[in-house]
Amino acid sequence: MNALVFFFDNAILSGLIIGAIYALGAIGVTLIFGILRFAHFAHGDMMTMGAFLSLIFAVLLQSMGIHSPIALAFFGMFPAMAATALIAILFDKLFYKPLRDAGARPVVMVMASVGVTLMLQGVLRVFGGVSARSMYIGSPKAIFQFHLPDATRPIVLTEPQIILFVFTAVTVFALHYFLTRTRLGKAMRAVSDNPDLASITGIDIRHVVWATWIIGGALACAAGTLLSMDVALKPDLSFNILLPIFAATIVGGIGQPYGAIAGGFLVGLCESFAVFNWSILLRPLEPMFGVDFPSSLAIVPTEYKLMIPFVILIIVLIYRPTGIFKGKVL
Amino acid sequence: MSLLSIDGLTAGYGQMTILRDVDMALDEGEIGVIVGPNGAGKSTMLKAIFGMLTVTGGSITFDGTDITGIRSEKLAGHRIAYVPQENNVFASLTVEENLEMGAYTRRDDVSHVLDHVYEIFPDMKDKRRQPAGELSGGQRQMVAFGRALMIEPKLILLDEPTAGLSPMFMSVIFDRVIAINRTGVTVAMVEQNAKQALAIAHKGFVLAGGQNSYTDTGQNLLDNPEVARSFLGG
Ligand SMILES: Nc1ncnc2c1ncn2[C@@H]1O[C@H](COP(=O)(O)OP(=O)(O)OP(=O)(O)O)[C@@H](O)[C@H]1O
Ligand SMILES: [Mg+2]
Repeated sequence: MNALVFFFDNAILSGLIIGAIYALGAIGVTLIFGILRFAHFAHGDMMTMGAFLSLIFAVLLQSMGIHSPIALAFFGMFPAMAATALIAILFDKLFYKPLRDAGARPVVMVMASVGVTLMLQGVLRVFGGVSARSMYIGSPKAIFQFHLPDATRPIVLTEPQIILFVFTAVTVFALHYFLTRTRLGKAMRAVSDNPDLASITGIDIRHVVWATWIIGGALACAAGTLLSMDVALKPDLSFNILLPIFAATIVGGIGQPYGAIAGGFLVGLCESFAVFNWSILLRPLEPMFGVDFPSSLAIVPTEYKLMIPFVILIIVLIYRPTGIFKGKVL
Repeated sequence: MSLLSIDGLTAGYGQMTILRDVDMALDEGEIGVIVGPNGAGKSTMLKAIFGMLTVTGGSITFDGTDITGIRSEKLAGHRIAYVPQENNVFASLTVEENLEMGAYTRRDDVSHVLDHVYEIFPDMKDKRRQPAGELSGGQRQMVAFGRALMIEPKLILLDEPTAGLSPMFMSVIFDRVIAINRTGVTVAMVEQNAKQALAIAHKGFVLAGGQNSYTDTGQNLLDNPEVARSFLGG
């Protein structure tokens, strides 16, 4: 039983946690691809920037003498989401829109976003330094333990993880409502589906582009903040997260928001299953098999975790290039 | 005065001129049919009216307003709708969502227009929750048609609405065109099935090589032996 709890904590929960982060990031990447037709490489650093902004707002709240049982960074996250959304629109105006208007090819847009990501990294390091910080200023991180009747080992969840799950669930429902019930949301799907017909129909592409950056920017900020709350705020956060997010986007089907969510969780779970030490789960079965399992039995060592999204990506591109939800082909 | 009048239109794609000095006029409530061989510039003609091309000469006047060079996004406001030849539905949107998108530029209540479209195309009502991409070619054509009707257009531009359809569906579509025209909508339609199309046309325009070749009433064009020999396959 203890082994099962350990499996649940370290394989399933940790996979769902990182999967939720990937999903929140991948929704933005897939929407941006669907509407603007390019891979937004600056998404990872937009997440880092969002996390920094949340921290700044949290410090502001603290200096105003505000206290709360829930981490201040969580309350700082909402103004930071708005700020990140605005910055995303500003970047579009400054960098991407002039290229679009000049009829630039997608590869040019991708290079521009690489430029934006390098610029963001520089700015973040100048103002934020290079060391890791805790998002918990003031109060310590609350830890919750759930005891099962037959096990001595508890299921462990921290405050940011609970916030993450609730936030992701709310986001998924809100996004579904937006895309299927609102005029702008349907227009967004229409533009992603058939941009020429959308402009013939008189859909204002500008509004759709703004909505895309608002959703993408706000969710990137949330993902960066919640990840940093769970672990720590590192200026190089984007380095480890960009590839799995792109893998999740492609696995889910490019341009498919629901696919991005499914892809995010799939990549997250695959990662945590791959680095999980299976011998802990198998050891109780040793008498049954009559063999001794080695003490460490992970599919890949933790240091090579980044390999997993690569493998998933290659498999998907070979066997189902449109992804789970039939997205656009690259 | 004509509802739509095109005078000496010269237009093309970028630097490449396709249409040269083309004239065309339609009165309110008429069906105008554009026929001609492949590559004659029929689709180009509709695209030029709908503000999708560079117009280098001539003018397009609609309902007393010069609309030359007005971009397609703005033409819904002038109550002109266009159904392109290909990719004319939002495949991943449901039938009803396609129709709603047609009314995107309107901020008023459009439920009565939706009902009207479902009256014209009763099949669409049964399929309204189905993605348009899952429909047959003929049904898709009806969705495209319905989408265009959502702005309650004064003029509707149809590019080969019967292309690739079975003869049965073809007559259904022609039938709908007549029905819509009877409600007062002026129709400008490009057609490959020239004989059937000219038979329902008030005016016919034969284009060849990007220029006017013959212009007359639909019936006169059908009766004209030269037109019959060169363009209607004998
Ligand atoms: N997007 C485009 N860019 C450049 N040239 C084009 C484009 N579309 C069409 N043309 C050219 O314009 C000419 C007229 O094409 P158009 O599509 O108007 O013909 P059409 O009369 O509609 O023919 P069809 O019966 O095959 O539909 C052709 O020579 C074609 O090559
Ligand atoms: Mg054509």
